[in-house]
Amino acid sequence: MSARNRELLALVPASLLVTAGFAAILIQNAGKGGVVDNRTISTGSLTYGLLFLGLCLATHVVLRMTLPYADPYLFPLVAVLACFGLVMIYRLSEIDARRQAQWFVLGLVLFTVTIVVFRDYRKLEGYRYVIAAAGILLLLLPRVPGIGAQTNGAYLGVRIPGLFVFQPAELAKIAIVVFLASYLRDTRQLLVQGARRFLGVTLPPLKHFGPLLVVWGSAMLMLVVIRDLGSSLMFFGGFLAIVYVATGRLSFVVIGLALFALGAWFLATHVGHVHDRVEAWLHPFQGNLYDKVGGSYQLAQGQFAMADGGLFGQGFGQAVLTTPTGQVIVPAAKTDLIYTIIANELGLFGATAVIVTYLLAVQRGFKIAMLARDSFSKLLATGLTAVFALQVFVIVGGVTRVIPLTGVTLPFVSYGGSSILANFILLALLLLVSDRARRPA
Amino acid sequence: MNDSIMKLFGVVFVLFGLLVAFTSRWTVFEAKALRDQPRNARPILEELRIKRGRILAANGAVLARPVPGPGGTFGRAYPFGGVFAHAVGYSNAALGQRAGLEKSENDTLTGQDDAVSSFLDELRGHQRRGNTVVTTLRPAAQKAALAGLAGRNGAVVALDPRTGAVQALAANPSFDPSHPARGGSQFDRATQSGYPPGSTFKTVTAVAAIDSGRFTPASTLSGRSPQIISGTPLSNDAGEQFGTIDLTTALTNSVNTVWAQVAVALGRRTMTSYMKRFGFYRRPPLDLPAGERAASHVVDFKGRVREPTSDQVDLGRVGIGQGGLEVTPLQMAMVASAIANRGRLMTPHLVARTVDPDGRTRSTVKPRLYSRVMKPSTAAQVGTMMQSVVRGGTGTQAALSGIDVAGKTGTAEVGCNRQKGVQTWFIAFAPAKAPRVAVAVAVECSGGFGGTVAAPIAKTVMETILRG
Repeated sequence: MSARNRELLALVPASLLVTAGFAAILIQNAGKGGVVDNRTISTGSLTYGLLFLGLCLATHVVLRMTLPYADPYLFPLVAVLACFGLVMIYRLSEIDARRQAQWFVLGLVLFTVTIVVFRDYRKLEGYRYVIAAAGILLLLLPRVPGIGAQTNGAYLGVRIPGLFVFQPAELAKIAIVVFLASYLRDTRQLLVQGARRFLGVTLPPLKHFGPLLVVWGSAMLMLVVIRDLGSSLMFFGGFLAIVYVATGRLSFVVIGLALFALGAWFLATHVGHVHDRVEAWLHPFQGNLYDKVGGSYQLAQGQFAMADGGLFGQGFGQAVLTTPTGQVIVPAAKTDLIYTIIANELGLFGATAVIVTYLLAVQRGFKIAMLARDSFSKLLATGLTAVFALQVFVIVGGVTRVIPLTGVTLPFVSYGGSSILANFILLALLLLVSDRARRPA
Repeated sequence: MNDSIMKLFGVVFVLFGLLVAFTSRWTVFEAKALRDQPRNARPILEELRIKRGRILAANGAVLARPVPGPGGTFGRAYPFGGVFAHAVGYSNAALGQRAGLEKSENDTLTGQDDAVSSFLDELRGHQRRGNTVVTTLRPAAQKAALAGLAGRNGAVVALDPRTGAVQALAANPSFDPSHPARGGSQFDRATQSGYPPGSTFKTVTAVAAIDSGRFTPASTLSGRSPQIISGTPLSNDAGEQFGTIDLTTALTNSVNTVWAQVAVALGRRTMTSYMKRFGFYRRPPLDLPAGERAASHVVDFKGRVREPTSDQVDLGRVGIGQGGLEVTPLQMAMVASAIANRGRLMTPHLVARTVDPDGRTRSTVKPRLYSRVMKPSTAAQVGTMMQSVVRGGTGTQAALSGIDVAGKTGTAEVGCNRQKGVQTWFIAFAPAKAPRVAVAVAVECSGGFGGTVAAPIAKTVMETILRG
């Protein structure tokens, strides 16, 4: 069976899932109203299910025409995640679900545009410094007075007046990966060959290590500028992943991690809100932290929501999100805490299913990197996949208290335009790499 | 490079494994600790959404029912107000406060005890529904009891001696179960008070005397007054003098000096053993929360619980219901019930059966033997003695036309508002040949006598039950 036919087949479970999910929520809502109106159930769920199915098919046709050899499973996996997210958001707010669906349409358009424009994605290499500069600029944008937006002390958003808040970090992560992949393709040999051993640690030559120190420096600067531990970890982790794959030297990673830890420690002890985040992570139920604005309230509520999930969850649409009088008890349910709502309604099994889906997508990403025939493609696919994986780790790890909570989105699941657009570009790039790698010579 | 990529995937695998591990930690392994966090409002909100089952009287009258509140929540209504407040209790989910049957039967009322069906409900995403609790309480008897108390502090307990079913459990003052904090008294005088039982306790002494084989109803003793008991003179009521009389006469006229002599003659161990058979020194086995049931016992002058085996206890005075005895009306109803039921004390219970939301009976409470207190012959003999109390002794005001009543009066001297006062009692059962009701009535600081104050209350309650 050809790659595309396999993809088509793999899309069936995703569309079934979305239809079943909407039906479950509609039954739930109808039940709450007291009267079960069969018509709303069928039309509502079918409309959403069909719409989603149509989008998947359209994208599939685009892939069939443009990238016939690309990995057949990556897109269906993303479709499963996206439908999970859409059903979840629909359950929280129908209006948001409609907006989210619109973002998906826009994201798929951007996906198609990326595939068409960057048909030969290796052209990107030529613009590496422009791309790097754009990436840094994007990251700095939230600090520009007037358009920058601060949430809980972190500078992550750019307000586009009258429209929405854009999160430039989502796009910047792609730009930075592209830059690093192309830069390290050139210098990886030099980094390894000129290395000297010092005190049992392999140190790269300063001349070539310089730019990497610059990357580290900017990551640290970013920490200070955007003041967000999670997104810094995501960027820096992506960077280390690429360096590791490029050089094969674990020592570089160790040094990098040590430096990051140093920076993170400094930040955690010297920057107020980062310190608060760490304290909230360690003691989420402590009175003064719980009651504080931007304290541990959100984290604690997420934990309480998960605790009600158990093995199988409370069922779709069953999570308690407000008090009887309508007071919200789970803040940021559709964005930061969406994973806890999944754990609440679908239990440990549902949440694990989501994680496994991400893991499978990451596996496909790394598989693409392994199949790629040139270094740039390998590094690009590795970097994009690593950043994607780290983003999942940072947000899910944040709400499950593996690490301090910071506000990045859960790719393809959380509500948010910038996240969807950026991740569809990321997906397009991975499929471009894959198509080239698997194309018969 | 591919080797490094593999290793990188390994790292991601481990990291994601960590995510699953932490997710299972919160959703399963430490879920209970999180639910118990005082800041976690979810268990309360959940509780508010449960349609709690109803509590019904024996005749189907609604004692407690759910009422829909805002946002899919349920409140609670108590149609009888304070009448059944102590037995039924109250449930305030928002404050997490419960009492009475609302507390002891909480799992049934919230549907929590159906482990299997609640798991299925979860899978189906259904709301948990509570079961109905049908009690043994009889509203007419309960109302008659409260009407009899007529605002005076005290309590009335009526049991079916054959089964242990509680037909009335009334205490005054009561409280409004819809607003338990708004005054009244949540202290249940029927099950928690420590009243001196006075002469009603002579029935316990009589049972011990006859069942042990040391005395018969015809055994004679001197009824002169006063007599020295435990080193201090003990007098009969109003210093009345009796000659050498048998035990039936001594019970009919409630002769203190005779029964004190009997108790002393029986000895500490025999008295202790019979008291324990009746349920003294143990929390009564009623299906109310443990905190709402008090044991009946003897306390010494320092307030410490003592058994009559201790030489700190004035055995002679205990034998006539004084000497530091502290009992609940429930315990005295159990005494009457044991004598009524041929010596077999049945476990008192408030719940008759539970019914699921679809109307099917889930469980029926079967009568259980609590203790074999005495031989049937003893029960018959003491019963006959108690009949003569009502026929021609201190308890004539409890007599019912056409129905033989067996009873015993009690009038204990107590402190009332720093003055000397009396606590009046009456315990009884009827019909004497085949008893269907056993009652205990206690009225605090009422003045008068057990036979004039408490006996008429017992009479109306028994009449309501027997003729109802």
